[in-house]
Amino acid sequence: MNRKVKFALLAVSAAIAAIGSAPALAQAKKADAQAKEQFFPVLSYRTGVYAPNGVPFANGYVDYLKLVNARDGGINGVKITYEECEFNYATDRGVECYERLKGKGPTGATAFHTLSTGVTFAVTDKTFADKIPIITAGYGRADSADGTVFGWNFPLGGTYWTSSDMLIQHVGKLEGGLDKLKGKKIALVYHDSPYGKEPIALLQERAKNHGYDLLLLPVTHPGVEQKATWLQIRQQRPDYVFLWGWGVMNSTAIKEAVATGYPREKMYGVWWSGAEPDVTPAGDGAKGYNALVFLAPSGQGLVHKDILKHLHDKGQGTGKKEEVGEVLYNRGMTAAMMTVEAVKRAQIKYGKKPLRGEEVRWGLENLAIDNALIKKLGFEGFMRPVSTSCVDHEGGSSSSIHTWDGKRWVVQPGIYEPDMTFIKPMIRASAEKYAAEKKLTRRDCAKEAG
Amino acid sequence: MFYRENGQFKSTYASDQQMLPILQDRAFMLGLLAFAFVVVPFLASDYLFLSILIPFLILTLAAIGLNLLVGYCGQISIGHAAFMAVGAYAAYNLVLRVPQLNFLVVLVLAGLIAAAVGILFGIPSLRIKGLYLAVATLAAQFFSDWLFARVKWFTNYAHSGSVQTAPLEMLGWKIDSPAEKYVFLLAVLVVFTLIAKNLVRSHIGRAWMAMRDMDVAAEVIGIRPVYAKLTAFAVSSFYCGVAGALWGFVHLGAWEPLAFSLTQSLNLLFMIIIGGMGSLLGSYFGAAFIVVLPILLNQMPGILGVPISTAMISHLEFMIFGALIVFFLIVEPHGLARLWAIGKEKLRLWPFPH
Repeated sequence: MNRKVKFALLAVSAAIAAIGSAPALAQAKKADAQAKEQFFPVLSYRTGVYAPNGVPFANGYVDYLKLVNARDGGINGVKITYEECEFNYATDRGVECYERLKGKGPTGATAFHTLSTGVTFAVTDKTFADKIPIITAGYGRADSADGTVFGWNFPLGGTYWTSSDMLIQHVGKLEGGLDKLKGKKIALVYHDSPYGKEPIALLQERAKNHGYDLLLLPVTHPGVEQKATWLQIRQQRPDYVFLWGWGVMNSTAIKEAVATGYPREKMYGVWWSGAEPDVTPAGDGAKGYNALVFLAPSGQGLVHKDILKHLHDKGQGTGKKEEVGEVLYNRGMTAAMMTVEAVKRAQIKYGKKPLRGEEVRWGLENLAIDNALIKKLGFEGFMRPVSTSCVDHEGGSSSSIHTWDGKRWVVQPGIYEPDMTFIKPMIRASAEKYAAEKKLTRRDCAKEAG
Repeated sequence: MFYRENGQFKSTYASDQQMLPILQDRAFMLGLLAFAFVVVPFLASDYLFLSILIPFLILTLAAIGLNLLVGYCGQISIGHAAFMAVGAYAAYNLVLRVPQLNFLVVLVLAGLIAAAVGILFGIPSLRIKGLYLAVATLAAQFFSDWLFARVKWFTNYAHSGSVQTAPLEMLGWKIDSPAEKYVFLLAVLVVFTLIAKNLVRSHIGRAWMAMRDMDVAAEVIGIRPVYAKLTAFAVSSFYCGVAGALWGFVHLGAWEPLAFSLTQSLNLLFMIIIGGMGSLLGSYFGAAFIVVLPILLNQMPGILGVPISTAMISHLEFMIFGALIVFFLIVEPHGLARLWAIGKEKLRLWPFPH
C-alpha cells in the first residue's frame, strides 16, 4: 500500500512539474529566437483512419518548406522553422494543436492549414482574436471566400461550392447542355460531416434551375460501412454519382460500386476523392473512375527535381522517395508554396524580417500567382493562377477532370470555371448569416486599402 | 502527524454534519479554492487555459453528472454525451430564438431540457438493469446523433450542419479572454459540486445509494424505485446538459454533432471508472487523467528534447495511455479517489504506522 501511494505521489508531482515547465521552456525558446526565423505550424494526421491520405499531404508540405531552406536559404534570408502536431483528424485535438503552435517562433505562427473542415469551423472562431490567417486550400467553409466577414480565412483555389458547380457543368456538357439535365438523377454520396455536407446547398440551388433530382446519401464516419448506401443506388439507378469522401471511405465506395455493378465511368469524386490511396485498394475495379483535380495533378515537374536533388538524394526527405509526385503529395507541396509566396509578398511591404500573422494576411490578400511566377517556381502544370483581394479570399478557381486508367491519373482535356452567378449570392447570404450569429461587423475593404 | 483530527470535538449537530468535518480539510479546500480563483488566472498561459483547464473543468462537470447516475444510483449509461448534445443544442436554440435571455438562465433551461430527455431515456431502467440498461442507453446516443444531424431546425438550417455561437455576455460582462472563461467555469463548477455534494448527503442521495446496493431491499424499506431511478436520471442529465452547453459555448464556439459522439460518452465513462465511482472527487481525478494525460504524453518527447517522428509520438501516446489505464485499474480498482483516500489515511498515522 505504501509503495502505491509513493508511486502515485511521484507520478502526480512529475506530471505537475512537466506541465509547469512546458510554458517556461517555450518562453526560453522564444527569447533566444529573436533570430530571423519564420515559424510555420504544421497540423498533420499521420495516424488514424485517414492516415493514408494525411501522410503524403504532410510529406509534401514539409518537403517544400525544407526545400526553401536548403535551396534558397529561407524566404529572402529568413529561415523557415516548423513544428508538426499530430491531431489524428479529430477536431478537439486539432484545436489543441492550434493553441499549442500559435504562439511559437519569434513572431508566432505564420498561417495554419487546418486540414479538416471540422477544425476549420472550430478555429475560424479564434482567428479574430489571435489574428492568424488560416488557409483552407480547396476545403473549409465555402462562404469564407467572403473576406469582409471571414477576415482570416483563405479558401485558396476553390471551395466545395465551386467544385460541385464545376462537376455539374461537366455532367451538363456530357449530356449536351445544362438544360438536358432535366429529369436526370444525380446521387451525392457524402461523408456525414461538415465536409460532406458543404456542397449540398449549391447542388440544391442548381437542381432548382436545371430540374435534376438530387439524391442525398450520407455515409457515417469513417465510411467503411456503405452497404445500405449502395443498395439505394442499385434501386434508384442514378445517372451520376458524386463522391464526397475522404480516406478509406473513397476506396470503399469504389469497391461497393464494383459489387453493385455501378459503372465507375459515371462516378465523379471531388478533388479529395481522387488520389492514389483512394483507387489502388480497389484494384482493377477503379479503372474509369473520375475525379476533379484542382491545384495539383500527379506527376513530377521541375520543383520535384529540386526536391529530389536537395532533399531526398541527401537523405533529408520526408517520407518515401517513390511517393514524391503523388496527388496528395503535390497538393501539400502547393499548399506550402502558396503560404511561402504569401510571406514573400508581405515581405515586400513590411520588410525582410520575420512577420506576424497580421502581416502575412496582407500578403495573402494581395497574392498574385500568375503563370510566369508558376513557371519560375517550377510548378508548371501543377498549379493554376491564384489572385486574391481583401474581398475575395478564394482567388479564383478552375479545375479539370482526371481519370484513373488503372495505373495513373490521366488528366482529361478541358478546364472548367465555376459559374459565380450562382455562387456569389449564396456566399453573400451565408456570410451574412454568420456575421449575424457572431455579431460581427463587416470589414470595410475600401477603407483599409486607403 | 500531518493530518490529525485529535482535539477537534463536535459539540453541535451542525458541526457534526458539515461537509468537511476536519479542520485540515477545510483549510486545504479554502486554500485550493483561493489558489484556483485568485492565483491561477494570473499564472497560467493561454495554452494552459484553452487546451487543458477549460476542457478539464467542463468534463469534470459532465463526469460528476454521470457519476451521480452510475456511481451513486448504480444505473449504467453509455450514452451520456447525448445529454450533453441536448444541452448544447438547447442552449444554442434558446440563445438564437430568445436572444434577450441571460446566459445563466439559458444554462439552467438547457439543463432542464436535457433532464426531461434524460427522464425519457431513463424509463427503461425501471424494467431492465445492468448491461441490458447500458445497451438501452446507447439508444439515446444514436438518437441524438441522428436528430442533430438530420433535423435541420436544430442547427438553424446551417449548410454543413455545424453551428456557431457569439461570444458570451451577461450582465455587461463579456466573457471572451481565456482567464475570464476559466473563472466563469470554475464558479459554475464549484456551485454545481456543492449542490451535488449536498444531494448525495440528503435523502435523495441515500435513496440512490440504497437502490444501487440492493434494489429489492431498498423497495422493502420504502424507497420508490420509480422516484429514485428517475430523479437520478434527471439530475444526471441536467448536469450533463449544462456541461454540454458550456462545452459548446465556452470551449468550442462552433461545433458539429460529432463533438458529442459515442467516443465522448465512453470517455465520460472511463473518467468515472478511473477516477472512482461514487465519489465526486473521483470525477475530478478522472477528468484530469483523461484530458491531461494524452496531451502530456504527446508533448513529452518535445519537452525532454527527444526527437521522435510525430506519427511515432502519436502511436506511443496511445500505447502508454492504454497501459496506464490498465495499470491503475489493476493497482486500485476503486479508482484514483481511493488512492487519495489511502494517502490521507497514511498521512494521519505517519510517522507511527501500525
